[in-house]
Amino acid sequence: MHADEMKSPAAGAKSARGLTAKQRERYAAWLFVLPDALGLLVFVGVPMLLSLAVGFFEVNGFGGYRFVGLGNYRRMWSDPLFWSSVKVTVAYAVMLVPALYAAGLGLALLVQKTNRFNAVMRSMFFAPQMVSLVVVALVWQLMLVEKVGIVSRLAPLVGLSGISLLGDPNLALFTLVLVSVWFLMGFYMLIFLGGLQDIPAEYYEAAKIDGAGPVTSFWYITLPLLKPTSFFVLLVSLVAAVAGGQVFDLIYVMTKGGPVNSTSVLIIYIYKQAFQFGAFGYASAMASLLVLALMLVTVFFFLLTRGGRFEHD
Amino acid sequence: MLATAALGLMTVFPLVWMLVISLKPASDVFTPSLIPEQPTLGNFLYVLTEVPFLRYLFNSFFVSATVTVAALFFHSMAGYSLARLRFPGRDILFLAMFSTFLVSLPVIIVPLFILTRTLHMLDSYAGLIIPAIFNAFGIFLLRQYYLSLPRELEEAAIMDGASYWRIYWSIILPLSRPILSALAILFFLANWNAFLWPLTITSDLNLWVVQVAIANFKSQYAAAWNYVMAASTIVAVPMLVLFVIFQRQIMESIKTSGLK
Repeated sequence: MHADEMKSPAAGAKSARGLTAKQRERYAAWLFVLPDALGLLVFVGVPMLLSLAVGFFEVNGFGGYRFVGLGNYRRMWSDPLFWSSVKVTVAYAVMLVPALYAAGLGLALLVQKTNRFNAVMRSMFFAPQMVSLVVVALVWQLMLVEKVGIVSRLAPLVGLSGISLLGDPNLALFTLVLVSVWFLMGFYMLIFLGGLQDIPAEYYEAAKIDGAGPVTSFWYITLPLLKPTSFFVLLVSLVAAVAGGQVFDLIYVMTKGGPVNSTSVLIIYIYKQAFQFGAFGYASAMASLLVLALMLVTVFFFLLTRGGRFEHD
Repeated sequence: MLATAALGLMTVFPLVWMLVISLKPASDVFTPSLIPEQPTLGNFLYVLTEVPFLRYLFNSFFVSATVTVAALFFHSMAGYSLARLRFPGRDILFLAMFSTFLVSLPVIIVPLFILTRTLHMLDSYAGLIIPAIFNAFGIFLLRQYYLSLPRELEEAAIMDGASYWRIYWSIILPLSRPILSALAILFFLANWNAFLWPLTITSDLNLWVVQVAIANFKSQYAAAWNYVMAASTIVAVPMLVLFVIFQRQIMESIKTSGLK
């Protein structure tokens, strides 16, 4: 980047190279934004298009490509494992998103008041966010080891004996939801705290004078005014549940999709098809469909919120 | 208050348990005692000497630090341009960049791998570092921050004929120190904890980052939980210490990142 190219002239005058102030600003602006614009184009934009393109090919183990049109999409249609991973993904998201919303908002309300004790509590609820999902998965695996893991030892105390929280195909996904909530709730707690901060205290005072109890003011003040935050939380947690890197890491290390594919969400199945079986074309086709689904959800959310704007009434 | 405290303790319990097990000998891994009866540092010693763990730590540190510095540099430049300079197509460009915000790694992992292979960046530091630099979140936050700075600050400099580069370097950057330090922690943390990308593009053991190493460690040492937990502790503790020191900045910057 040449400094002299970006020199801004005394107002109105032309520079040595005959550029007007306006042109100068324009060129400088482009140069400043170039590295990031180019980087996002190459490492996010191009892969998205590439995914769509590769989805029409069959890729063999030696990197040979053969055009198969909609072949990969037809294969998906008749692949029971694809459908089962769609089902697992939906089940996971349906459990996780409301649980995260409730946990995040609940914790935020619990530690909302600014004081020393609450500051410590906030940090404690947020602490799991500091640790990698690999470590999280390993620690929980250890605690959930059948019979002798600390959680398995404590389970009978709450009336759950003789169960295997990770080994039972009927329970494994549910267990992963619990671990995911444990890990992610601190993040959403902070987002909700940010939202709660923006609600003017006068509203609550006025409600109190009118004789409203805490439940009433939660229902008629907090919830309606939290609408923007709620939409943000629901959208982000939904995308995170369906396609998030953290969810991938957790499931990949903890169960690898097992037992008997009961925790094999779509992103895990795509990864296995690509990097275990070398089916890059098939994996790309599935990923493209997933991107399409996520785009539809995002558009739907934005339509619902009238372009991300909210009117307070 | 008591209930809150109990919830808080339950939340940090798994992290405490990791530490506890890392201090227990192999024979005591499944005893329920919270305080190791025969505490030992042997597990740490084993991990640090019998496994090239220092190498993995170095790789993680090098990659995370490089990504963080490059990302802060590029994002602050882009944020400055998108917030303060006028050029045709600015809003569309910002929208296009921002819309990548919801694209997560798992959905583009296959094409990104193909692209990286085509660029001959598999099994290289470049491959670990370069694709990790670009993310819309940082650009968005910095742009927001620059929009809030008063314009007078640069106007005097423009009158004096300072170049835009000079304004960025000696006025804008120093003013962004608080947000840059908060972002630095978040970026470093995210890259230190990253697993999927390094897992996918490195097969050369010399390039393994710690996360990939401990995930493999587990399968290699099947039930040697004391070693696995010692390794996990080594990986997690620096981040927990970082958190204890900078908790206010970390939590503030996340709190304000919700769209309002």
